[in-house]
Amino acid sequence: MNLEELKKIREKAQKDVELRQKQARIRVVVGMGTSGIASGAREVLKTFVEEIGRRNLTDVVVTQTGEKGLASREPMVEVFEEGKPVVVYGSMDPERSKRVVVEHIVNGNPVSEYAIEVM
Amino acid sequence: MMDEIASHIMDIVANSLTAGAHNISVLIEKDNEGPLFILDIKDDGVGMDSETAKKVQDPFFSTKTGRKVGLGIPLLKGTAETTGGTFSLTSEPGRGTRIRVAFNAGHPDLPPLGNLKDTILVLAVGNPEVNFLFTYKDSSREFVLDTAEVKELLGGVPINHPEVISFLSKYLDEHL
Ligand SMILES: Nc1ncnc2c1ncn2[C@@H]1O[C@H](COP(=O)(O)OP(=O)(O)OP(=O)(O)O)[C@@H](O)[C@H]1O
Ligand code: FES
Ligand SMILES: [Mg+2]
Repeated sequence: MNLEELKKIREKAQKDVELRQKQARIRVVVGMGTSGIASGAREVLKTFVEEIGRRNLTDVVVTQTGEKGLASREPMVEVFEEGKPVVVYGSMDPERSKRVVVEHIVNGNPVSEYAIEVM
Repeated sequence: MMDEIASHIMDIVANSLTAGAHNISVLIEKDNEGPLFILDIKDDGVGMDSETAKKVQDPFFSTKTGRKVGLGIPLLKGTAETTGGTFSLTSEPGRGTRIRVAFNAGHPDLPPLGNLKDTILVLAVGNPEVNFLFTYKDSSREFVLDTAEVKELLGGVPINHPEVISFLSKYLDEHL
């Protein structure tokens, strides 16, 4: 495996990129302060990132923020979708993250069980 | 609280990101035989003046002045010092910050390196606008990942494109 293989991806993916040019349909932001990291935020971010890779969700972007959340509800994840309320999920872990990917991101139904705020 | 060196790295780099860094380098250097275990993280973020740089190393000081207490730096410094190692923070306003830690690799309280792969993967694709230079060296091998090079090879395709994520995940499994 060699980094040069990225050039193949570059040719294949150019089309999606034009589509995505406007803006991602959904933005997922994972809180990465010290207490977030200590309670497993990296595994949560990793789960979102890998699910998006695996399911080839070209219109979803996952990023991190250093902002502090509610220490007692960490790891926290915010999901931004155009024209919809922002959903804040708390006490996330890899299993919960997979469920949010399937139910919320793919099927459009926020997982109210894990939501701590809808703004 | 931090049970992996890789989590400390995630945390210290999170500070660099908050400081608006565009270029961040992370070096891990282990000597398999000797007691040397170096962690060196550099950024070109906003930096700190010398008084702030001193304060942030001491959580108690911050408490007394009534500021919100930061944990990331004191925790790493604590880990370094419990293992009989050293911690240094140098920073210059407007130029950037460098944190260099030497752990004593033989110390029983030294946490394991942990999942470096996940740390690198999520940093690289979770912050597409930042260039990261990751270097891991030990007596038998050296691994380097420069995300600026990855982006150049990708042309206009973003580093957080699903196919790139899957590629990088496999690439790290294979090479790191
Ligand atoms: N790389 C950096 N560049 C500029 N300022 C920094 C950097 N790292 C730390 N700081 C300053 O030091 C403070 C303390 O950092 P520390 O990681 O200990 O706590 P924190 O990030 O504020 O909170 P947390 O507990 O979530 O880590 C930060 O709030 C920031 O002002
Ligand atoms: S991330 Fe630091 S208080 Fe929650
Ligand atoms: Mg911090």
